[in-house]
Amino acid sequence: MRRAPSNATLRALKVMVFAAALLPAVFLVLATFEIGGQSLGANPIEELLHEAGEWGLRFLLITLAVTPLRRISGLNWLVRFRRMLGLFAFFYISVHFLVYALLDQRLALGPIFEDIVERPYITLGIVALLMLIPLALTSTKGMMRRLGRRWQALHRLVYPAAILGVWHFWWQVKEDIREPVIYAVILAVLLGIRLFYRLRSPAR
Amino acid sequence: MRYKPTEKILASEITDEADYLNRREFLKLAGIATAGALVSSACQADVAEAVAERPIPGRSLGKVAKSDFSTTAKPNSYEDITTYNNFYEFGTGKSDPHRNAKDFVTEPWTVTVDGECDKPGTYDFDELLRASALEERIYRLRCVEAWSMIIPWVGIPMANLLKRFEPNSRARFVRFVTLYDPTRMPAQRRPILDWPYIEGLTIAEAMNPLTIMAVGLYGKVLPNQNGAPLRLIVPWKYGFKSIKSIVRIQFTEKQPINTWQASAPHEYGFYANVNPEVDHPRWSQARERRIGTGLFGEKIPTQMFNGYGEHVAHLYSGLDLAKHY
Ligand code: HEM
Repeated sequence: MRRAPSNATLRALKVMVFAAALLPAVFLVLATFEIGGQSLGANPIEELLHEAGEWGLRFLLITLAVTPLRRISGLNWLVRFRRMLGLFAFFYISVHFLVYALLDQRLALGPIFEDIVERPYITLGIVALLMLIPLALTSTKGMMRRLGRRWQALHRLVYPAAILGVWHFWWQVKEDIREPVIYAVILAVLLGIRLFYRLRSPAR
Repeated sequence: MRYKPTEKILASEITDEADYLNRREFLKLAGIATAGALVSSACQADVAEAVAERPIPGRSLGKVAKSDFSTTAKPNSYEDITTYNNFYEFGTGKSDPHRNAKDFVTEPWTVTVDGECDKPGTYDFDELLRASALEERIYRLRCVEAWSMIIPWVGIPMANLLKRFEPNSRARFVRFVTLYDPTRMPAQRRPILDWPYIEGLTIAEAMNPLTIMAVGLYGKVLPNQNGAPLRLIVPWKYGFKSIKSIVRIQFTEKQPINTWQASAPHEYGFYANVNPEVDHPRWSQARERRIGTGLFGEKIPTQMFNGYGEHVAHLYSGLDLAKHY
């Protein structure tokens, strides 16, 4: 039998995870203002867009890793970090979208609309973002209680959102697909573990 | 995110330096002063000078002639031009070439010329440069990825160079090949593209007065990450046409298959003329982001032939540019 950490320990851990998850954003702010030798380089908008997108995807995968880790390790208290990690994923993806809409496109609605309709990788991105919005909105304890079983059903949207997110990345690289392949493999493993548990206990 | 590159060179510093007398000129003057007195040691000075003139990136190229083909727009900073590069032989990230090409040795460098010409052979870098006087060409560069820069290249007109090889009447195209040497170009160890990198032009495109063989940037020897020691510049075409670190020039009868065309034929063609009306299948080519305009810079409209239509549009009369992208 494993004992869960005390509430105080968990709270301290949460603060640490929160701070760590905020670090990429802190570095991006430093780089934006060229503080501490950091820089966004020659194409700052692209750099912000790419960094935010990649961190969004990373946190999405980290969030999806919580349940498999819990199952395998038996550390049930890990689930207490899931909401925070998921909201960080949503935060970075929102920044990613805002950089695109405000800085890259300067809110030019015509070109944004054209992008969404004509560029399949943008279509995938926007669909993924639209799937994540209701998840962020219903992430509170109150909403969880209110929705009951439907909450679980709704939050399964995170699976297609993650698949579309990786696909979105894959579709816009020019030739070097190593990075999206790594994300795709990790996602496949995380989803595969779920499938494995589901097949083993079909009653669930 | 990245750290700021350490060696910062200001544009003003570079232009100033280009205006100084360079060593060769100085030695020439000194040579006149001592002429006759020390003939043998003057010869030795010449030898020493030849060694010192090796293409070390960052060395001043001395006086270069200005050109009417140059734009009057303000060039991008040396830092932007040398830290934001697509040069897949040194990695696919924009800052990879700056980092990974540091130790690339370009001396000695020879170019093999073959195919449909009367003067084939293997030519030394210095020999090739003797074809014409160096000129500064401040050109717009439009990347197929929808960003652009203004770059003060130094080079020689390609026509002057190619004429020396006396292409014959069967020479309809020129095929250029980049160095293939995975020990020196580390990213060639992975099959991202079908190495070596290959590009091609019609003979008329190659002989167009806008087309140059560049050997310098901002009055100095071309930095490795920008395609040292010599590279093609065709400013009315997307950047990938302007092949870097050339080791072979071949005159051909048949249209060459360039590397990006071979890699993704529905996305990249042979001509690759800058054209705001023909989108890349995955993104729009109507506008471009000018590097150096910061976080709040607005995209600018892309111009047909990158604004060089008056010099090159006639090359494509009757050609369907939507089909021949
Ligand atoms: C779940 C949602 C999303 C995820 C996980 C995501 C992730 C990513 C990643 C990882 C990249 C590549 C970064 C790199 O190359 O280093 C990227 C690029 C990009 N994303 Fe997203 N993204 C999402 C949604 C969106 C949305 C909604 C838009 C806009 C409507 C968008 C627009 C872009 C653009 C314009 C690029 C850059 C393409 C380029 O440089 O050619 N993304 N995204």
